[in-house]
Amino acid sequence: MSKARIDARFAALKAEGRAAFIAYVMAGDPDAATALKILKGLPGAGADIVELGFPFSDPMAEGPPIQRAAQRALAKGMTLAGTLELVRAFRETDGATPLILMGYTNPLVTWGYAAFARDAAAAGVDGLIVVDCPPEEADPLADALDAADVSLIRLATPTTDDERLKVVIRRTSGFVYYVSVAGVTGVKEADAAAVAPHVERVRKASGLPVAVGFGIKTPERAASIAQVADAAVVGSALVDEVAEAVDLNEDVSARVLSKVESLAKAVRRARQGLTAV
Amino acid sequence: MTAAPPSPGARPNDYTAYPDANGRFGDYGGRYVPETLMPLVHDLGAAWAAAKADPAFQAELGGYLTHYVGRPSPLYFAERLTAHYGGAKIYLKREELNHTGSHKINNCMGQILLAMRMGKTRIIAETGAGQHGVATATVCARFGLPCVVYMGAVDVERQKPNVFRMNLLGAEVRPVTSGSATLKDAMNEALRDWVTNVHDTYYLIGSAAGPHPYPEMVRDLQAVIGRETREQMMAMEGRLPDAVMACVGGGSNAIGLFHPFLNDEGVRLIGVEAAGDGMGTDRHAAAINGGRPGVLHGNMTYLLQDKEGQITEAHSISAGLDYPGIGPEHAWLHDVGRATYLTATDIESLDAFKLCAELEGILPAIESAHALARVGDVAREVGKDGIVVLNLSGRGDKDVATVANHLGMQI
Repeated sequence: MSKARIDARFAALKAEGRAAFIAYVMAGDPDAATALKILKGLPGAGADIVELGFPFSDPMAEGPPIQRAAQRALAKGMTLAGTLELVRAFRETDGATPLILMGYTNPLVTWGYAAFARDAAAAGVDGLIVVDCPPEEADPLADALDAADVSLIRLATPTTDDERLKVVIRRTSGFVYYVSVAGVTGVKEADAAAVAPHVERVRKASGLPVAVGFGIKTPERAASIAQVADAAVVGSALVDEVAEAVDLNEDVSARVLSKVESLAKAVRRARQGLTAV
Repeated sequence: MTAAPPSPGARPNDYTAYPDANGRFGDYGGRYVPETLMPLVHDLGAAWAAAKADPAFQAELGGYLTHYVGRPSPLYFAERLTAHYGGAKIYLKREELNHTGSHKINNCMGQILLAMRMGKTRIIAETGAGQHGVATATVCARFGLPCVVYMGAVDVERQKPNVFRMNLLGAEVRPVTSGSATLKDAMNEALRDWVTNVHDTYYLIGSAAGPHPYPEMVRDLQAVIGRETREQMMAMEGRLPDAVMACVGGGSNAIGLFHPFLNDEGVRLIGVEAAGDGMGTDRHAAAINGGRPGVLHGNMTYLLQDKEGQITEAHSISAGLDYPGIGPEHAWLHDVGRATYLTATDIESLDAFKLCAELEGILPAIESAHALARVGDVAREVGKDGIVVLNLSGRGDKDVATVANHLGMQI
């Protein structure tokens, strides 16, 4: 099911002539029950693909928003097993929306790659992004994921030249994630004009859809990225909504989902008036 | 690697042949960094291989080590410590007499020359006790490069003299408040800076840890300690020592001492980890004795972690040893049985600190005092005709406030 679910979603959106909106939220943020409510609400609010972070104590590629989200989740006892529980519960009501897990290597090493790949696939996970597991270290993980039919989604970055790109796209499937800025998540802003040629380069080399993330905070920015990429990913801006809602004692899921709606709407409208690609 | 904890490998014929081309010491090491950094890590590996083989680079480095750092450091027969313990002769390798007061400058001098050779114009570093931060700030001042040092906010508080020293040397010290606000968090923050400023920034890692090639490069640069020790020992005693020992946090001073002796199987290699409040408690910093293999900060190695694979906080009186991991070469030397890793508690290290001051007139760094806390056991085990060399990796002036505090005194 797994790779097929991602491929089917991108094929459908291509037919519609629009980019995907990918919403990233952290498992267990601010707590397991609220996170599940958010997760279940994401497709209805307009998320075409869901990225679910599994928390790690030392997230070296994250800026402050996602660092804090991971801290909140860990403080409430979220685990990798708990993350898969959330995925299982999500799949009870949604069989079509691709769900990608995103996190760091060490919790996966602890679980064991082969067992984790099987358990993740059984829970309904379609793909995995492991931030600190570059192609040089990923073969054992890729073997395990292949056996379970889960996509290993790779990151290409502004430092990825054409030679390096060949290494990056080896054994990847589903889509390629283009990191739009050299930096951590949620700090710098992505520039669509600067990103466009790289998206084209990655698309051509991989033959896969290209999602762009790491610097998209506003509907306007999401729309401009959606004009050049196959998907726009927003994460830090959503987990910041969690933090603010908690601070202001507001309804967390309502606040996050309303932000998702505005971003998704912007992505849907982005190519209206443009020739469909 | 497989996801299962690495199993002890067979003993290799040549211990100095590691790491392999993938930066592995057996199952340990590797390059677990975000993709943005991968091209830089590859460039760095190539640049180090070229510099290492370049006689002009080595000559330049050698000149600075002699005339700026003050090498060779003495190998000193600690007569009164030897008499006190009544076992093997104890020699101290006096790395604390280097410029800036610790072994850290050996590595910094090599890496700053490499950074300039690579055309980098901005230097970042992480520091725990502040010794590496001071050494980095020093070489940056010497060569006129801007320097940012990340330091856990907790460490900034307990190592104030070193923070001020770094400021005097023109470095900007950025306190890190995320996580446990100690060395591991400083390293996270330095990695975040590096990933953001890839175009001009050189990350000067202070320990034999992190992604390949750092464990190899830092070891190569610290191996001057072991090479000198070998020569000095041959000149003074006409033979190799029976054991060499050093404290281990990330493990750069230990691997620097051990490496030139790796293939001399008659020389025992002994590292001493920080046991904090004790190995029976969860407040220690002993990655090998109290942790298990995992991935953090770019390499697979022994780590303090919970059953979920979340990194747990290390605890030690010594900021320089207060790190939940250990360099990957130590992890491998432990698994293959070539080196032995003991532990010393905060209290034992404080006692050793005082003893060394009283008997030898030397204030050791509280880090080095962890090795001193076990030197009596090792000296007695080796016996009267034997020789033990201990790396006195740093001086203790920076620690007097901490020691006074633990002794219940105000200074």
